[in-house]
Amino acid sequence: MEHAVHVDYLRWIVFLPLVGAAINGVTGAAIQRAAGKRAISVIACAPVIIAFGISVRAFLQLLELPPDERLMLDPLWTWISVGTLKVDVAFQVDPLSAVMILVVTGVGGLIHIYSTGYMHDEKSYWRFFAFLNLFTFAMLTLVLGDNLLLMFVGWEGVGLCSYALIGFWYSEINNASAGSKAFIVNRVGDFGFTLGAFLLFWTLNNLGHGTLTFRELQQHAHLLDGQMIGSMSVVTAVTLLFFVGATGKSAQIPLYVWLPDAMAGPTPVSALIHAATMVTAGVYMIGRTNFLFSMAPTTLQVVAWIGALTAFFAATIGVCQNDIKRVLAYSTVSQLGYMFIGMGVGAYAAGIFHLMTHAFFKACLFLGSGSVIHAMGGEQDMRKMGGLRKWMPQTHLTFLISTIAIAGIPPTSGFFSKDEILWKAFSSEHGNPLLWLLGFAGAGLTSFYMFRQVFMTFYGENRADHHTQEHLHESPPAMTYPLLILALLAALAGVLGVPHSLGGANRIEEWFAPVFSHGGHVAHEADHGGALEYGLMLASVGVAAIGFLVARAMYLTKTLSPDTYAEIANGGLYRVLYNKYYVDEFYAATVLAFTMFLSRVASLFDQYVIDFIVNSAATVVRVTSWLNGLFDNYVVDGAVNGVAAVTMGVGGRVRRLQTGSINGYLYVIVVATVAILIYRVM
Amino acid sequence: MLTIGLTHYLIVGALVFGLGLFCVLTRRNALGVLMGVELVLNSANINYLAFARYGTFSYDGQVFAIFVIMLAAAEAAIGLAIVLGIYQTFQTIDLEATETLRG
Repeated sequence: MEHAVHVDYLRWIVFLPLVGAAINGVTGAAIQRAAGKRAISVIACAPVIIAFGISVRAFLQLLELPPDERLMLDPLWTWISVGTLKVDVAFQVDPLSAVMILVVTGVGGLIHIYSTGYMHDEKSYWRFFAFLNLFTFAMLTLVLGDNLLLMFVGWEGVGLCSYALIGFWYSEINNASAGSKAFIVNRVGDFGFTLGAFLLFWTLNNLGHGTLTFRELQQHAHLLDGQMIGSMSVVTAVTLLFFVGATGKSAQIPLYVWLPDAMAGPTPVSALIHAATMVTAGVYMIGRTNFLFSMAPTTLQVVAWIGALTAFFAATIGVCQNDIKRVLAYSTVSQLGYMFIGMGVGAYAAGIFHLMTHAFFKACLFLGSGSVIHAMGGEQDMRKMGGLRKWMPQTHLTFLISTIAIAGIPPTSGFFSKDEILWKAFSSEHGNPLLWLLGFAGAGLTSFYMFRQVFMTFYGENRADHHTQEHLHESPPAMTYPLLILALLAALAGVLGVPHSLGGANRIEEWFAPVFSHGGHVAHEADHGGALEYGLMLASVGVAAIGFLVARAMYLTKTLSPDTYAEIANGGLYRVLYNKYYVDEFYAATVLAFTMFLSRVASLFDQYVIDFIVNSAATVVRVTSWLNGLFDNYVVDGAVNGVAAVTMGVGGRVRRLQTGSINGYLYVIVVATVAILIYRVM
Repeated sequence: MLTIGLTHYLIVGALVFGLGLFCVLTRRNALGVLMGVELVLNSANINYLAFARYGTFSYDGQVFAIFVIMLAAAEAAIGLAIVLGIYQTFQTIDLEATETLRG
């Protein structure tokens, strides 16, 4: 893909949200006081919606180009030009980023609109929208940047906005801590990412082609063949480091711990950042640098296995959670695991497809839960809900559709994307039946806990107290319309990825082909069709159905009792799952304890060494000034006083000439005259 | 017979001068000082007269002596005026009382 069509409008996709953020951030408080929250809403939502429009235009323009030349570039200016490092601020659109910008601006726009309803009673309304716009700007920079450094700017920017939005209600210490936790854990990942970028540039630079631009990296990637660092190949090291960054940003083992706590933020934030966009940055990054990952089969294995383990592990935790948002948080971690399984087995298109469908149904689920929380007056514990479909029919409908999608039941989009991943996990040359098994088990658990959530929330007896019951109501149109649109997409988007085996054209794989099949060992449609594929497809639908039936039995018809399972190992199994395998406690005891120890050492050093030096310097100054004082007192003042004393002494002596006695004066006159006479005569 | 020559007159003049100087220098009484001044002036007169008689014989010395007497008189008048002023200031003419210019 050497050709790039130059356009000049891509920059607006990125900069319009920035303008909105700047206006709302700097003058928002004043505007809100003067013109009310409606003005803020317009200033915030308009840029994103317009950006969506421009994204559609970019997409359509891409469609007109021949598939091999689908690359549009909007170069702005040269940012860094030092030695061999040349980094431009430039935005590029290819099939991958086109899908991403449509998702970010589209789902983002819907969430902006939803937030105008959800955050209606918020005093710092303007601050929320300023950060939401800033986040959108950063995410679009991440996705449209044409080089690693610009992408990293966006990467960091979304991390910052995530921190700010999680801790939006910062007067509660828990929210602020959750924001800090997210930022710090992300930082660990970012460290890995930057090391990877350094190593990549350094190696390529030594070979004479130092660059960070994706197009050029793809061109020169073959030079990295055989390059070693220590006993590891450079490509493997670089991609592993990149993946560390991905585990932080996209909440995989071991750096997923921030995402459940991030639910402390407002629900639209959870929907946008922690479901649809920011957490997908890691997946996107692998897609963007897929040519490197394809050269490092070891890393791909790591990616796939971590993805699979995370998918299963998070699903087991989600089963026992009672907070409506926690369930969705662990579900997100789990579904991200599926995306990484897809990327790890070389099925990049399937991974991104699942990213897209997940954005739809997960955003819908989160916004729906926000609707429920809103109606319940802030209550998030599902044990206090129940039977809400009577009061909230639209929320219930959209939530149900999205649940069906996430459970992977055909013909919703979730079925097609998840199934594609599972099939590739089983059959691709990088795949492994065990990976498939973990994904399969995870799918069953997903279906179970999602339907458990639906039944506990919307069906059965309402368990809320009387006061809350009186206030139950469906949410305003600003909130329900986005829900309906997202549910529609969740239901129908599958049409883009209907695989050949079911008679579809698998449009989405074809669309992504120019990005993912260049010089890569992409998972080919290894003997697609055939009994095996149908069998696996049936199996995953079957396990989803089993999950549904078990959930129904436990929480709707009450024929099965959850307690029987909770009692396994004397309640031990339940406790472990409910307490998230005590991972946070483990981290606190090890990593955090070590960090606190280091900080104590540093503080002691500061106190006894550095302060000692500083205080000694102060003492030296004090002593010097004391000496100076002495000198001033005794030497200088002594001289001055001495002169005065001498003058007084001399004066005292001379004064005696003035006796006042007339006789004396006459006597002196006579003596003097005689003396002169004698002198004259001599 | 002792011949009275110039020398005798000069010696008398010197003696008178000494006595007058002694009065000026040592008397506590302001009038005593003025008397001493008179003596000094008169000793000068004696010298004039002696030289007028025994030196080149002329009457210049005698005329000069008259001038001196006149001057002495004038100066005595002023001196007495000053003594009067002293008396008015210090209520005494004891020169040891006029020490106000003492440093």
